[in-house]
Amino acid sequence: MTIQWKEYDAHGCYDELMRGPGKPRRVADALTRYLASLDEGELRAVQTAAELSIKEQGITFTVYSEEGGSIDRGWPLDMIPRVMARTEWSRIESGLKQRVRALNLFIDDIYHEQRIVKDRVFPADILANSKNFRPQCIGVSPPFQVWAHICGSDLIRDKDGTVYVLEDNLRVPSGVSYMLENRQVIKRVLPDVFENHAILPVDDYPSQLFDTLASVSPRDAEYPEVVVLTPGPYNSAYFEHAYLAQQMGCELVEGRDLMVGDDDVVYMRTVDGLARVDVIYRRIDDTFLDPEAFNPDSTLGVPGLLRSWVKGKVALVNAPGAGVADDKVVYAYVPEIIRYYLDEDAILPNVPTYLCVDEKSRDHVLTHLDELVVKPANESGGYGMLVGPQASAAEREQFAELIRRDPRNYIAQPTITLSTVPSIVDGHVEPRHVDMRPFILSSDDIQVTMGGLTRVAMRKGSLVVNSSQGGGSKDTWIVDEGPN
Amino acid sequence: MLSRVAENLYWLGRYVERAENTARIVTVNANLLLDLPQALTLGWKPIIDITGSEESYSSNYPDYHEQNAVSFLVGDFSYPNSILSCLNLARENARTIRDIVPREAWERINELFLYAQEQLQFGMSKRGRFAYLREIIQGSQTFAGILAGTMNHDAGYEFLRIGQMLERGDMTTRTVDVRSASLLPETESELLPYENIQWISVLKSLSAYQMYRQKMQVRVRRADALAFLLQNEHFPRSFYHCASSVEASVRRLPRNESVRRTLSRLKRSAKSTNMQALADDHVQLHDFIDRLQIGLGRVHSAVCDTYFLTFKTEPELTD
Repeated sequence: MTIQWKEYDAHGCYDELMRGPGKPRRVADALTRYLASLDEGELRAVQTAAELSIKEQGITFTVYSEEGGSIDRGWPLDMIPRVMARTEWSRIESGLKQRVRALNLFIDDIYHEQRIVKDRVFPADILANSKNFRPQCIGVSPPFQVWAHICGSDLIRDKDGTVYVLEDNLRVPSGVSYMLENRQVIKRVLPDVFENHAILPVDDYPSQLFDTLASVSPRDAEYPEVVVLTPGPYNSAYFEHAYLAQQMGCELVEGRDLMVGDDDVVYMRTVDGLARVDVIYRRIDDTFLDPEAFNPDSTLGVPGLLRSWVKGKVALVNAPGAGVADDKVVYAYVPEIIRYYLDEDAILPNVPTYLCVDEKSRDHVLTHLDELVVKPANESGGYGMLVGPQASAAEREQFAELIRRDPRNYIAQPTITLSTVPSIVDGHVEPRHVDMRPFILSSDDIQVTMGGLTRVAMRKGSLVVNSSQGGGSKDTWIVDEGPN
Repeated sequence: MLSRVAENLYWLGRYVERAENTARIVTVNANLLLDLPQALTLGWKPIIDITGSEESYSSNYPDYHEQNAVSFLVGDFSYPNSILSCLNLARENARTIRDIVPREAWERINELFLYAQEQLQFGMSKRGRFAYLREIIQGSQTFAGILAGTMNHDAGYEFLRIGQMLERGDMTTRTVDVRSASLLPETESELLPYENIQWISVLKSLSAYQMYRQKMQVRVRRADALAFLLQNEHFPRSFYHCASSVEASVRRLPRNESVRRTLSRLKRSAKSTNMQALADDHVQLHDFIDRLQIGLGRVHSAVCDTYFLTFKTEPELTD
């Protein structure tokens, strides 16, 4: 196989690398020429090398199997990167910063005066029915008014080239380790391209993450004790938890490693005895954090953890309750939220969203199910959604029933034909749909990863890119084209 | 170092060592049976006794035929001390602390488990058994070597060593105990050649034969063999050496007073006993071995109480 760009056709989708058959975008010019110059053996060698290094490095993702067990499988990486010009990225970056700043102000307001509700910008009943609103958090004031220190926002691009924000993950977004590892692998297999391109680096993320975590330490120590709290090795993102802990030089702890003392301070049990913990980067959902405050059956959590946080003895990142803004109904209000708190227009548009709780919208959704994507308001990972155009009549009927029964819990969006990137499929190049998840770090400052994790739907025509649903990934290049 | 991680490393050391020791005793017993006359053959029962699993064995297997005993000891997943179970548990322990264990070591234990599982049929065959068990022994040795050569020799490494050496000392005492209980009276001279063969097999199962010859420079006699296996300071599988290694590791840990006290009591008792007297009296020898094992159990408990999250009673090797 060799790559013949003249034969590459994205079938009317926006392709990130090609304007049309044989016509690369300016930003991808050098890359596409380089790829076309590889002969069959070289091309195969590159893809094999990429696959091999994934396997050898044990970069894995755990997929829940139906038997209740789980399997660790390699995270498929496609060797052809997704490329974006720095000029376009800069605009996206400011859009993301604006969004996260507003969302943090929103969360802080929700747990204090609720001005936005009193001013009738945000409906009280939506808040009242929010699954992720935590009354236990009312009145707590985390440093810098920041609740969502780490946000993963999913971006998609429609046919006409517009980039939309599809959702904001404010609870425990994952994927950043794959972004970092993909770059390591691609650097190794395509070194020539890196020499001739100004591809902006991504690898300072772990140190930025550490700085973010350290900056919210309640103790004014020079080296605050920062730990990563994982549900354990059977969690789907355990690889990432271990990876980030290792990269930051922090302890990777489980709930049973921690305890809260009578002084409300959190300690970890070490062979030297108890050691004080200042900041917990928790990768456990709110409800499992503390059996005293939330789910009493949780064995993953630490009794008293919330009490310690409320008293300001420990920092929890992201803060409990931050998920209140990670709700697809709240999402629909983000443009208003930005206007309300920042007095600015949203830089990045939302995908038009029908709230089923609204009667007129609901009627529209129910009569247009075959055109829309329906999502539950509070799920993540692509679980429990309906892709109307691809669903059977029976599945659509089932969703219609779900919507009628619990309209607050559902939203619908037009089916966006995600943009494509050329991908290696069975020895030749085919377009595959992608999205992109940048990560935004907030404390006293806001930082955005250079690009993000590009996820690919590896099945032909599929629009579902979630790793838990059989997706793969690509390296993401933000390229400085220089003047001219 | 987190207590949970320390505990994981401790069990990682124990499980790998246990898999290796089991592979050793199966190999040597199979060889011994080939050398002994049928009439003297004690078969596989003593081996099941060594592992302290008489009860779970007899409820699942009708007799002590070789095929049954070997599949139980090597490949029975329902038996927690089979080679396969130990390697699986070792691998799970290593997986849980992948951020601590060097990657080559993780890969080696992963490969070793996969080998043991995939080649089980081959290993069960009379022809394949030797090669299979040798692979297990060498794989375990390689794993220990990789850790010694690539892992930081910090507290974590000491916990791994403590687990490894406690397990090893324990298995040495078990081997001596069961073998000597089933041995013949030393005085009946016409049976002497077989007595020798049996003690040689004990030494061999602990890879001790060559070292014994070097060190003791005498023919294999019961009292000397006992002294070598229980009291020698230099042979790495002797009880005394194992206890000393544990002590050396514990010295490098914080808050080690109670563990050290337990250890020095145990070492004193091992060293001060006259082996000649024990050699002639099975009952005394058995009592002595019992005391050593109880001592090891105390060390284990002291380590758990001092350093680990949960007090874990030794779940397997019980008498």
